[in-house]
Amino acid sequence: MSKKSKVQKAEPDIPNKIDALPQRRPGPIVAAIIVAILAAQLIHMIVTNENFEWPVVWKYLFNEHVLSGVAWTLFLTVASMLIAIVLAVILAIMRKSTNPVLRGVSWFYIWFFRGTPVYTQLVFWGLISVLMPKISLGIPFGPEFWTWDTSDIFTASRAAVLGLALNEAAYLAEIVRAGLEAVDPGQREAAQALGMGPSLIMRRIILPQAMRIIIPPTGNEVIGMLKTTSLVLAVPFTLELQYVTTTLANRIYKPIPLLLVAAIWYLVITSVLMVLQSKLEKHFGRGFNGQSGAVAAMGPADSTETRRAEASAEASQDVQMIGLNA
Amino acid sequence: MTAKVQQNDKTLASGFEPGKPAIDVRDVHKAFGPLHVLKGVSMQVMPGTVTVILGPSGSGKSTLLRMINQLETVSGGEIYVGGVLQGYRHEDHHGTDRLRRLSDKEIAQQRSRIGMVFQRFNLFPHRTVLENVMEAPVHVKGMSKADAKAEAIKDLTRVGMQDRLDHYPSQLSGGQQQRVAIARAIAMHPEIMLFDEPTSALDPELVGEVLNVIRSLADDGMTMVVVTHEIGFAREVADQVVFMDGGKVLEKGGPEIIDHPSTERFQGFLASVL
Repeated sequence: MSKKSKVQKAEPDIPNKIDALPQRRPGPIVAAIIVAILAAQLIHMIVTNENFEWPVVWKYLFNEHVLSGVAWTLFLTVASMLIAIVLAVILAIMRKSTNPVLRGVSWFYIWFFRGTPVYTQLVFWGLISVLMPKISLGIPFGPEFWTWDTSDIFTASRAAVLGLALNEAAYLAEIVRAGLEAVDPGQREAAQALGMGPSLIMRRIILPQAMRIIIPPTGNEVIGMLKTTSLVLAVPFTLELQYVTTTLANRIYKPIPLLLVAAIWYLVITSVLMVLQSKLEKHFGRGFNGQSGAVAAMGPADSTETRRAEASAEASQDVQMIGLNA
Repeated sequence: MTAKVQQNDKTLASGFEPGKPAIDVRDVHKAFGPLHVLKGVSMQVMPGTVTVILGPSGSGKSTLLRMINQLETVSGGEIYVGGVLQGYRHEDHHGTDRLRRLSDKEIAQQRSRIGMVFQRFNLFPHRTVLENVMEAPVHVKGMSKADAKAEAIKDLTRVGMQDRLDHYPSQLSGGQQQRVAIARAIAMHPEIMLFDEPTSALDPELVGEVLNVIRSLADDGMTMVVVTHEIGFAREVADQVVFMDGGKVLEKGGPEIIDHPSTERFQGFLASVL
C-alpha cells in the first residue's frame, strides 16, 4: 500500500480519479495454479531423486579439466565469432557490390557454407592436410613463392576455429545484409551531399545504424555458437567442455551428474552473454529511443507497471496459499 | 541584419567569378529506365542569387536539383558548377574525345562545394545535434574536434538551435530538425545551397521558422536553389523563378512572373497552390 501512495505523488491530481476493483480473471488464476503445481513437482523430483547425484556435480563443477574445458569453449566461441563477424561484413558488402564477380563469389560462399552441415565442414577441415599436404602461395598455374606443411598451419584448435567461423560467416552475412538494407537510403544521400566518400559513409553512417538491427539476431548466433562448439570433436578437437565432461563421465561411470556440470556451465556463459548483448543493444540504440519522449512517458508507464507487479504479487500469494492447502 | 552579415560574410564567401554563372545547366536530360523525366532543361544561376523552382509534383524539379549535387547521374547534357563540368572529365580515348566518369573521391570533392537540405531532413539519428554538424568537418575536411565544435556551435546558433546541442534528432520537432540540417550543411562552408522542398514535411506552424533561416542565408548573399511550394516565399526572396512541368522549363524570369504568368499551365498551377 505504501508503494501505491508514492506513485500517486508523481501523478497529476485528478479530482474524480477512478478507484476500481481489478478485473476478474479466473482463467489465468486456474492456469497459474496448474503450472505452479507442475513446477513444484519438478523441483521435488530434482531435489529428492538421488540419481542426479548432486554431490558428484558439486565435486566436478570446479574440476581443473572442466574449468579448462570452459575456457576452451569460450575461446572457440569468441574467436570464431570475431572472425565470422569480420568476414560477414565483407561478404554482405560484396553482395551489394556493383562488380558481378564480387557479388557472385559472395553468393556462392553463402550458398555453399549454409548448404552443407557444419559437422561435415569440421570433418573436412580436420582432413585438410590429407587433401593438401602442402600449402603454397604463388601465381595460379605459375611459380610458387612460399610453401608450408598444412598440418603445421591447421592445428586442431585452428581448424576448429576456422571451421566454425567460415560456417557462421555465411549465416551472419545474411543478418548483416538485412541490417544494411534496413537503413534509410536518405542517410546515404545526406552523407554523400556532405562530401563523404563510400567507405566513410559505410563506417560512420550506415554500419552504426545497421548494428541496431544486426545485434539481436547476432546475439542469438553467439549463443548458438557456444553450443555448436561441442561439435568440434569432428575435427577432432577434444579439449572443450562437452567432450571433457563426457570423458570424465565415462571414466567414473556417472553420465548424468557430468551432463549437469556441462549444462550449468553453458547456462552461466549464456547468462553472461545475454548481459553483454543488452549492453550492446543499449549502446547502438541511442538516439532511437526518443529519450525526451521516454521521460514524458515515464510517469504513467512506471505506475501501471508497478500496479501490474503488485497485482501479480497478490495473485502469486493466492497461488501459494492454495498450493499449501493442496 | 548588418551585424549578422559582418559576422558571417566569411562563411558565405564564394570562389565564383562575378558575372559568370555559379550553376550552368545545359540541355539536361534524365531517364529512369523507360521513363523520360527531364527533357532538355537549361538554366543558369548567378553567384549570390536565389533561384526558386516551382512546378507540380512529377515535373522533374527535385530530380534536377539532385542532379546538380550528383545524387542522380546525368543522362544527357552538361551541368557546370563554377565553370567545372560535374561528374565527368573529357578524356582522349584512342584518338576520340570521350567523357570519363569521375572517381567516387573526385565526385565527393565536387559535392563538398554544394550543401543540400532534404525534405525529410535526413539527420543522422544515432548522433546528437552537435555530432551531426561536426561529422563532415571532422571526417571529410580533417578539422580538429575542438575547431569543428566551435564552428558547429556558431552554425547552430545561427539557426537558433544552440540550446539543443546534446539532443538526438528524434527528440526534436520537424522544424528544429530541419534547422539542424541547415546548420549541418553550412558547417562545410558550401558555395551553393540546394533546398529540396525543405518545408513540405513540416506542420504548418513550423514552416515559418525554417523559411526565416533560409531567408537570412539569402540576405547574406548565399547562392541558393530552392524547390518549394511556398509561393509567398518565392515572391519575396527569389531573384529568379523557374516554372517546370512535364520535364521542361515552361517559364523563367524574375519574381514578377508569379503575378503575371504567361502560360496557361503556370496560371493553373498558381491557382491550385494559392
